[in-house]
Amino acid sequence: MRITTRRSAAMLMAGTAAVALTLAACSPPGSSSPSTSSSSSSSAPAGEEPAPGVSTELSADPVELDLYLESGFTDQFDALLAEFTAQHPQVTFKIRSDSFQNLAQNAVRIMSSPDAPDLMRFPTVQAAAKDGILLNLDEYAEAYGWNDWPQGTLNQVRIDETGARGSGSLYALGVGYNVTGVYYNKAKAEELGIEIPVETIADLEAAMDTALAAGETPIMLGNADFTYAFPLQMIQNQLEGLDQVKDWIYQKDGATYDLPSSVEAAAKLQQWAEKGYFPADVNAIDYATAIGSFTSGEGVFHFSGDWEAGGLTMNAPGEFGFFPFPGLTADAPKVAMAAPATYVVPTNAKNKDAIAYFLNWVHTDAKARQIVLEYTGSTPGGPAELDPPVAPEGSVINETLAAAAQVADDDGAIDFLGNATAGILTSTLGPDLQLLITGRMTPEDFAAHIQQAYETELGR
Amino acid sequence: MTQLDQTVAGAQGARPAAGGGRRTTRRGGERRGPWAAWIFVLPALAVYSFFTLQSLAKSVQYSFYSWNGIGEARWVGLANYAEVFSDPRRVTALANAFKLIFFYSFLSIALGLIAATLIRGLNSRWSRASQTLLFLPQVVPLVGAGIAWTWLYSSDGAVNQILRAIGLGGVARAWLADFTFALPAIGIVGTWVLIGLCTMLLSAGMTKIDPSLYDAARVDGAGPIREFFAVTLPGVRGELTVCLTVTLIAALANFDVVYTMTLGGPGGSTMVPGVDIYQLAFNQARVGAASAMGVVLMVLVLALVLPLQRIMRERP
Repeated sequence: MRITTRRSAAMLMAGTAAVALTLAACSPPGSSSPSTSSSSSSSAPAGEEPAPGVSTELSADPVELDLYLESGFTDQFDALLAEFTAQHPQVTFKIRSDSFQNLAQNAVRIMSSPDAPDLMRFPTVQAAAKDGILLNLDEYAEAYGWNDWPQGTLNQVRIDETGARGSGSLYALGVGYNVTGVYYNKAKAEELGIEIPVETIADLEAAMDTALAAGETPIMLGNADFTYAFPLQMIQNQLEGLDQVKDWIYQKDGATYDLPSSVEAAAKLQQWAEKGYFPADVNAIDYATAIGSFTSGEGVFHFSGDWEAGGLTMNAPGEFGFFPFPGLTADAPKVAMAAPATYVVPTNAKNKDAIAYFLNWVHTDAKARQIVLEYTGSTPGGPAELDPPVAPEGSVINETLAAAAQVADDDGAIDFLGNATAGILTSTLGPDLQLLITGRMTPEDFAAHIQQAYETELGR
Repeated sequence: MTQLDQTVAGAQGARPAAGGGRRTTRRGGERRGPWAAWIFVLPALAVYSFFTLQSLAKSVQYSFYSWNGIGEARWVGLANYAEVFSDPRRVTALANAFKLIFFYSFLSIALGLIAATLIRGLNSRWSRASQTLLFLPQVVPLVGAGIAWTWLYSSDGAVNQILRAIGLGGVARAWLADFTFALPAIGIVGTWVLIGLCTMLLSAGMTKIDPSLYDAARVDGAGPIREFFAVTLPGVRGELTVCLTVTLIAALANFDVVYTMTLGGPGGSTMVPGVDIYQLAFNQARVGAASAMGVVLMVLVLALVLPLQRIMRERP
């Protein structure tokens, strides 16, 4: 008995000691964490810094720029960096890369560390900009004239004083500006007598019925990793209420996804699933498998973006075409998800002037623009008056470029639903799409539940 | 796994401490007051406090805030805990963890018992070979195993090919995309991994059993089944406790298999607390909600494992 009391007394003491040890750090999290203080202390002087301001001159001193990239997209950078170093031998590069998922999850911590990279691939700028981790690029935009470029997709990375996206200060630039649409198998389209480009959603449905009747899979696209956010939004883009969807993606106050267009688009997608437009086992097929099957000739259509154009040109030249997703009527403006492949400069970056010079160069140098086009299949952006680079004859890249131009002309660029918040795609939109297209969730519940999760995630 | 380490460390630490106390009392003269012991404990306690207790306390603290990991935190009281028990997705994740116990604990221990009993009857070379074979999955990193099993379960994978070959093509399906069978499919991977560990532990336990007990049982006319329940099972009571503890924790703290195989899909039907916590913290940047879920998971693990230690403790 004595032993027990002594032991519990000892445990009590151990517990007290441990609690005392840990209570020392018991201020609310975030208020005194080293990352915040370091970023705010370095950003405060940057704002007040009167002396040098920003410079558009590239210093002649040797400098090593530190880039943090997405693995799988390093080829384009290898080519770009080699060309840049050839033109400016004093600049060399250090490259780190990580998969998109890891990058999205760790970027904030990497950028708030003292040895932050100079340039980083970073998809969701809103929260990080609010927390002061990203460099406000306005001064450079002013100095280089970035504000005179076509702004359709750059608005997506502008954030105003209230923290809403869509206008305000510039926080990122794209290395390549993506556009989405419909790839089709040229041989099969011809065999089935499908008229290209498909001009209306009704025509597209008719074409898919034809494909179905001929025993083909109309749409080769999988949903294991939530890719059906593409067709859902492609349908929704053509419906009334586009501005409300944009407000929702930009996290404007009071924005909701519980819209008539959301319910209608979800219902249409569900109907397509019931008709058998999608592969059997759609929820088991991941993105890589689907694009592989499509490239090897399975399926008639594939809904995706111009980032596949380079690969399709390389693996199956001349076999595939591309057109923007059709509207309700043939004369409707072309509306499509189109977004920069966003790169940001952390507040903690050491070579801000040099990296801004590099970003400007990527958008304006003829060779750089050609590299961006050939490696990514995307338009390089930049000043409207520069000649667009040209892809090899007959390449599907020319069709994605034409679609991008068409969308830009119609002012039809909209960001991806999945970019609304950092977690909405993997935590809610994706799983709910899996339920929706297997008939386990109604379109009404779908729209309402996504809004509910959005409010929870944003703490509204 | 840290919880496991803690539990095991706690269980091992408890008894020698009690024994030590008794010995000091008996020698009497060597007592140096209560503080001498603390000096010896201090280095380990400092490390343990810093790395384990501190993180634990911080998790508990974070769970009362709404915090994105970088910016200002806002005190929200018990709201994060209320969400754990009211959001259907959180509740499903917790329920799934308990369903996995069937595969991770009961199935693997039952099969492990059978395998160990059979192996006991083999000559030593074969018994070692079969033990090695059963133990192999333990050596494979779970992430790699998860990917391999994803291939086996795919619509054209080995599982479906075998089903079609034996005329059961009607049953074949994309297992991991099936709302009913995805969770059992994941559970079977758990059974496959843990069966070797259980067999190993139970075999080791069986070698300790005095052979004369078996002889006595046989003299009394016991058949193999009776022998198993009367001699073998009581003889491996301690090993069974360890097996149950380890596999229960593996089931409740599951992460890698689900993360690589389904990401919680289809439609959240294989979501488990581990993956949910990860997504909350790193995808949604909701550190408070993730911490609350983590604390609830820890309490559940302790609520299962601590009574187990008590019930299964061998009585002298």
